[in-house]
Amino acid sequence: MRNTIETLEKEQMRTDLPSIRVGDTIEVYVKIVEGGKERTQVFKGIVIRKQNGGPRETFTVRKISFGIGVEKTFPIHSPKIVKIKSLSKGHVRRSKLYYLRDRVGKRARLKEKRF
Amino acid sequence: MSKGILGKKIGMTQIFGQNGQAIPVTVIEAGPCVVVQTKTLNKDGYRAIQIGFGDKKEKKLNRPTKGHFDKVKAGYKKYLAELLVGKDEKFELGQLITVDIFSEGEKTDVVGVSKGKGFAGVVKRWGFAGGPASHGSHFHRAPGAVGMCATPSRVLKGKKLPGRMGGKRVTTQNIEVAKVDKERNLLLLRGSVPGANGNLVLIKNAIKASGK
Repeated sequence: MRNTIETLEKEQMRTDLPSIRVGDTIEVYVKIVEGGKERTQVFKGIVIRKQNGGPRETFTVRKISFGIGVEKTFPIHSPKIVKIKSLSKGHVRRSKLYYLRDRVGKRARLKEKRF
Repeated sequence: MSKGILGKKIGMTQIFGQNGQAIPVTVIEAGPCVVVQTKTLNKDGYRAIQIGFGDKKEKKLNRPTKGHFDKVKAGYKKYLAELLVGKDEKFELGQLITVDIFSEGEKTDVVGVSKGKGFAGVVKRWGFAGGPASHGSHFHRAPGAVGMCATPSRVLKGKKLPGRMGGKRVTTQNIEVAKVDKERNLLLLRGSVPGANGNLVLIKNAIKASGK
């Protein structure tokens, strides 16, 4: 019984996207419908959280747009996501970067991860 | 015109729809069911079919039930259900009913036995508001007054009071079919369905479906 659910969920999940981690700076290419037409929109920012698991997994990207903080949550396995481009990895010490919301300007940056 | 199939509730998950929206679904392993008996107007006074679902060991049967199944030669079934059929519908003994009688987007009614809640108070069982929690109120979840005065000097029948809740046969109407998986005999229904996982459910075409 449980196996049926597991296989169904596995079918829903995408394997073609790169793995992303909290603190990464990424570009998300999403299909959006605008005026009856479909086009791809890019949303670039820092991943500040990942939630849930399995086919319900989501991640939230935060960016500053014209001086205003904007956060967008995407389901990782959504068919609306065309691709995800990982630009850099950030050095972070927690799983939810909510502290970035209180920071402005230069303080709202993350150190890049060194390998 | 009626169609129906017996199945087992597997559990819930979510799938992505055509527009990328997440749809909550209940997975049901439905069928294949076998027509075990046909009831006719002449013989039984009404038109119906009896369908069987799930296998049962031969040694678990008593002889009358065994004889009932032996007429069909489609194996011994664990669960039986009856469906009313229309005048022109033809069913033969041993005919298989599979999930493909339903198609995506179709509305169905789902019958199942709801989860038992035990002895429940009026707030849970009937949705009474209850009293204030604080400020010295000594009236929290009690039902309050149950009747009038010297007339009628009794409690009216059907008064909503605490008691056993759940564990009853429940029909949820107009549940949309989100996906049909013929290979694995799976029906994915939008939203929730009465009963616990592993329960037997009967899926019928919706009697109150609007539009389609």
